[in-house]
Amino acid sequence: MDTYTFLIQLLNGIQYGLLLFLVASGLTLIFGIMGVINLSHGSFYMVGAYLAWSLSQHLGSFWIALPTGIVLSVALGMLLEWLFIKHLYRRDHLQQVLLTYGLILIFSELRSILWGDDVHSVAVPALLAGSIPLTEMLSYPVYRLWLSLVCVILAGLMYYLIQHTKLGMMIRAGASNREMTQSLGINIDVLYRSVFALGVALAAFAGMIAAPVSSVFPGMGNQVLIVCFVVVVIGGIGSVKGAMAAALLIGLVDTFGKVVEVEIGGLRILPELAGMSIYVFMAIVLLWRPEGLLVRRQH
Amino acid sequence: MSKRLLIIGLSIGAVLLVAFPLIGDRFYIQFVTRILIMAMFAGSLNLLVGYTGLVSLGHAAFFGIAGYILALYAPETHAAGFWSSLLLSVSGAAVMALIIGALVLRTSGIFFIMVTLAFAEMLFFVFHDTAIAGGSDGIYIHERPVLMIGSWQPLNFANPSHFYYLVLVFSIGVILFMRTVLRSPFGQVIAGIRVNEHRMRALGFHTFRYKLVCFVIAGAIAGLAGYLAAVQFGVVNPEMLGWHLSGSVLMMVILGGMGTLAGPVLGAFSMMFLEEIFQALTKHWQLLIGAVIVLVALFLPRGLAGLLAKFNISPAAAGQSRRAPPHADV
Amino acid sequence: MPMSDAMTNSGNTLETRALSRHFGGLSAVDRVSLKCRMGTVHAVIGPNGAGKSTLVNLLSSDLQPSEGQVFLDGDDITGLAPPQVSLLGVGRSYQKTNIFLPFTVFENCRIAAQSRLATSMRFFRTAHSYRSVSDAAMRAVEQVGLADRADEQVDSLSHGEQRQVEIAMTLATNPRVLLLDEPLAGMGAEESSQIIDLLRSLASNHAILLVEHDMDAVFSLADTLTVMVNGAVLESGSPDIVRASRAVQVAYLGEHGHE
Repeated sequence: MDTYTFLIQLLNGIQYGLLLFLVASGLTLIFGIMGVINLSHGSFYMVGAYLAWSLSQHLGSFWIALPTGIVLSVALGMLLEWLFIKHLYRRDHLQQVLLTYGLILIFSELRSILWGDDVHSVAVPALLAGSIPLTEMLSYPVYRLWLSLVCVILAGLMYYLIQHTKLGMMIRAGASNREMTQSLGINIDVLYRSVFALGVALAAFAGMIAAPVSSVFPGMGNQVLIVCFVVVVIGGIGSVKGAMAAALLIGLVDTFGKVVEVEIGGLRILPELAGMSIYVFMAIVLLWRPEGLLVRRQH
Repeated sequence: MSKRLLIIGLSIGAVLLVAFPLIGDRFYIQFVTRILIMAMFAGSLNLLVGYTGLVSLGHAAFFGIAGYILALYAPETHAAGFWSSLLLSVSGAAVMALIIGALVLRTSGIFFIMVTLAFAEMLFFVFHDTAIAGGSDGIYIHERPVLMIGSWQPLNFANPSHFYYLVLVFSIGVILFMRTVLRSPFGQVIAGIRVNEHRMRALGFHTFRYKLVCFVIAGAIAGLAGYLAAVQFGVVNPEMLGWHLSGSVLMMVILGGMGTLAGPVLGAFSMMFLEEIFQALTKHWQLLIGAVIVLVALFLPRGLAGLLAKFNISPAAAGQSRRAPPHADV
Repeated sequence: MPMSDAMTNSGNTLETRALSRHFGGLSAVDRVSLKCRMGTVHAVIGPNGAGKSTLVNLLSSDLQPSEGQVFLDGDDITGLAPPQVSLLGVGRSYQKTNIFLPFTVFENCRIAAQSRLATSMRFFRTAHSYRSVSDAAMRAVEQVGLADRADEQVDSLSHGEQRQVEIAMTLATNPRVLLLDEPLAGMGAEESSQIIDLLRSLASNHAILLVEHDMDAVFSLADTLTVMVNGAVLESGSPDIVRASRAVQVAYLGEHGHE
């Protein structure tokens, strides 16, 4: 692999990792704070992508579609929490798995009814079209750089929110002790609803901004969910920092897994198996440190 | 009282199942065959979820892999032997369960759920993205395996009634096998692990080994079901390993009632009937299935068995190691 | 039976050397060295938070030590997994009742006794057909005085009775060394005196390490006493020596009065 390809792939890997982080951080926050394993989290990513496609057609602009989509996904998150998720807080994992699995089926069929089963593409907004030269040899699509930048800003905001604000303090307290938080006079219902809506909005937003770089297709939610599970297994649950590190790692492993394989494709290794690199990576992590690669050891 | 009711119910059910091909038409014979196969599959998952407390979301991996082994092993031009192909498929599923189990059982709780799903999905991609076995379209089994005892062919699998009886015998065999295992010392250990794994370790049990063996047994039974499904349909595709199947079989276990032998059978019957009805109603039948799943999770966490127990007709009384609470006898 | 072998062993059955466990900057157990001999009761006392339970957890390998070693019959058993320690003949009970609530009293003890089969990877005979297991389980049930409640599900028992099940399970594994973490806590007077009698009768052919707050029980049972304060050993010796110790009176009995 030459330096040129390497740098491009490095940027692609980081960009994919950052996108994964947006989805995985919601998943890990919802589990870490509310103790709910949410299988339907990937559906929000899918819904986001379809929203971006559909709204930019109807409203005529990606830039109007984006904030509209965010408002809609926050509302969706609040509604879902109120209807279903709040009943799961004191239930065991099995019932959480079951209910959120049911939600996947519902979202998938609603998508099919509303938007059909076709694959779509969303045009890169004109403002961010084109590439910029990074070096003499190297140019990179502006949109992908913008996407990475937005993810980094959001990650920074989340870090600030959790570490340095009153809401973050409440979130951290809520994660450790529901009763204690309540006795401090914090309205736990509002807190949980906000966190869930935040998680939904993050996943949907990731889907929206990913839409112009990847196609919009029915199975995209489940695909991203499983990759996010790998991220959470490696990064440890409930930790936003761990999710960031693991997401970048997985983004790079996946991206380079595909490229490196093309190079040794001549050695008759099935090129299609490249998609498995992240699972092989997870298997190694489980063998080596089953409690998660980035979790501080207890003993 | 409730035990006698149950025995009467079971006897009626058994007579109906045996006599069924004499009265049912071809479509229904094949439909009930499918249900029995799914009931076996759900029973194997119940061993993990209901009896050992291991919530696996990737159990279809073992169902599907056994089907693929049959498809890859069966020659195109003539039929494979039943016993050899069955042995190969089931042991293949068991080996796969040993490998995956050794990895996933290093985690627990929510991680276990995520990791089982991820590894099953990895197998899905192996068969979906590569040309090993026809990619996303799957692969045909041109000739059904032939069951021979010496030079005598007692059953012809192309005949739905014959195949039905084969599946019925296997289903009953699986239930009897599980019943025996659950009452054995091994069964006591997995029950102990479900309730309190920490104390089991303190008592001197290397719980990992028992969980792994349980995972392999469950994988092998799922493999048996997958093999039979592949024989019935004459085709295997990646959906057989997919997480929709894993989710739907988990639903059967919970709907019927976890930790009871009759539960998965009840769950498989109910789910398959619902699917059949919903499919006749609308193209978007999964919407209705999803709604039913959500409602069950919210209102029927103990499944139909739990509902029956409320009316004091408890399948748990059918000789489970778990005893009814003392006040139920009063 | 291995028991008679053990009786002839006059060595220090269970011994710790400079055993420590840190949690962050806090030393829950701080360089504790003690010996627990076959045929004796070694009581560990101290105020709440002195590190007594942590010590028991280190001995049973529920926790791994930060430093120091544990020896059983002279063999270093530090760092073994809990099942290995149990199979070597070290049985423990828990301060917080840690039993199988959906099982009956007998089934709780049977699963414990079953751990002494060479393997439980047995799939075809029913569990209740293993006579040696059932006998050992029933013996343990009788020892703690729950024979008439053997078939009751334990979550329907009183708290004190559940404490008895806790001890019965430990006994059903036929240990040589007993680690008992506050066995009398939560028991009524009658149940207590029954268990004290039981422990006295077990003392002749077991090494018993007893963590207990009931001072009457401790002084009537113990051959050796170790007083722990803030994770460290304050005093160790015969009951008379400990009773007479000025340091103990000031540090421990004084603090104890505030509880």
